[in-house]
Amino acid sequence: MATYSTNEFRNGLKFLLDGQPCVIINNEIVQPGKGQAFNRVKYRNLITGRVLEKTFKSGEKVEAADVVDTDLQYLYNDGEFWHFMDPESFEQYQASEAAVGDNAKWLVEQDICNVTLWNGEPIAVTPPKQVTLEVVETDPGLKGDTAGTGGKPATLSTGAVVQVPLFVQIGDKVIVNTQTGEYVSRAKE
Amino acid sequence: MSPAPRSDWRPGAPLETLKKRAQLLKGLRAFFDARGVMEVDPPLLSRAAAPDVHLRSLSVEVQRPGVGSERRWLPTSPEYPIKRLLCAGLGDCYALGHVFRDGDESSRHQPEFMMLEWYRLGLDLDAIMDETAALLGEMLPGWRVERHRYDELFAEFAGIKEAYEAPASVFRQAMEAAGKSVAGVDAEDRLLWRQLVLTEIIEPRLAERELVFVWGWPVEEAALAALSADGRMALRFEVYAGGLELANGYQELREAGAYRRRFTAWNAERRARGLPEMPVDEALLAALEDSGGLPACAGVALGVDRLLMAQLGENDIRRVVPFAFGEA
Repeated sequence: MATYSTNEFRNGLKFLLDGQPCVIINNEIVQPGKGQAFNRVKYRNLITGRVLEKTFKSGEKVEAADVVDTDLQYLYNDGEFWHFMDPESFEQYQASEAAVGDNAKWLVEQDICNVTLWNGEPIAVTPPKQVTLEVVETDPGLKGDTAGTGGKPATLSTGAVVQVPLFVQIGDKVIVNTQTGEYVSRAKE
Repeated sequence: MSPAPRSDWRPGAPLETLKKRAQLLKGLRAFFDARGVMEVDPPLLSRAAAPDVHLRSLSVEVQRPGVGSERRWLPTSPEYPIKRLLCAGLGDCYALGHVFRDGDESSRHQPEFMMLEWYRLGLDLDAIMDETAALLGEMLPGWRVERHRYDELFAEFAGIKEAYEAPASVFRQAMEAAGKSVAGVDAEDRLLWRQLVLTEIIEPRLAERELVFVWGWPVEEAALAALSADGRMALRFEVYAGGLELANGYQELREAGAYRRRFTAWNAERRARGLPEMPVDEALLAALEDSGGLPACAGVALGVDRLLMAQLGENDIRRVVPFAFGEA
């Protein structure tokens, strides 16, 4: 197994800690004028998403984590797993609920998502920045309000709930920012 | 063939900062000139290097006519040649120049940096701390100065009494209690656990203070400082400016045999850790032996770039030098 020494630490380096894949967010060398050097490392656990800190004695080694980010097409959900396909190799992957998490509500069939693979298994799924979804439920609202000054909740086909302008009706397709969960515009047919 | 990308040639520091830098150097020289302390400029390419276990010296290959290729060492501080001058009877002196320490390139450290180092005959630890405070008072006017003994800081910030003698478990538990996670340190390595309490728990708190003098270091961290009469602590101090190490001073170790013993012990420690041994400065040892030891004196090394950072409220060392290491 490949290893990294502390002098190879840099932002973005992926390594294993207590058997879990992590990525370095910030690496700071702490060296008193007369003392032993340490690396003060801020890292994200790629499974839990938690950001933690650890101080490594200089010269310590960590195991490299086989983690790659790749663009995959979302195919379908079978009730338990979310299935993805590499559009070039046609290789298929199945992601668990733990990997998809809250992003399940932004997965639209055929969309290209960024999937983080650890030892070939999906551990995180990032949907496109914007997705187009159909409104399946919302109050009829005020017909005359086209300026979109007010707002109301709308349930989308994936179960996501977003604030939409009053003029948006059931059956409309809307574009949503998946990072903020905010309505962007009505989709043009 | 495509042309090489155009090199970014401009200085990383604003020209105004470089003017402030020139004024600072002038101010430091004036401080010593007013006290009759003379400037010396020791060589940069030495046959010997500092064997301190945690210092990483850089070296160069030189072609000497009639001798051949020879490795020379860049100074981690001008301490050894200045001590030879002191043995030769030079008296109060200072050096202002670049020194080299490998291992980090960050907002607080560059492999090449500027150091002020000065020596004063007859001064003890208290007196040299007074002089350092006077110098910093001129360079950082209005900064509040406080002095603490090393173990007082451990008591105040980490609840540790007896920082000099406490076992590894006490420091380790303090780290755990503070929620600090550590990798690669042996459970019984008390010196490292103690250092971690200092750098991970205490130093971040010193960032809230202005100039903090910490004196009376553990004997294991004496470096080349003399020990107190009871042998309990080293007559060494450090100054932190806003939590950043700024200066390190000693009431100097005098006895020639003690120098040789410490150098030998450090090289043995290097061997044990698989680190390269450093060529011992035999000229310094000879000077100490021939003159019956170092004259009674105290010395201080101060990071000039960091002093300028403190003056300007700048938090990146790369913006106070004409060209940072990456652009040099």
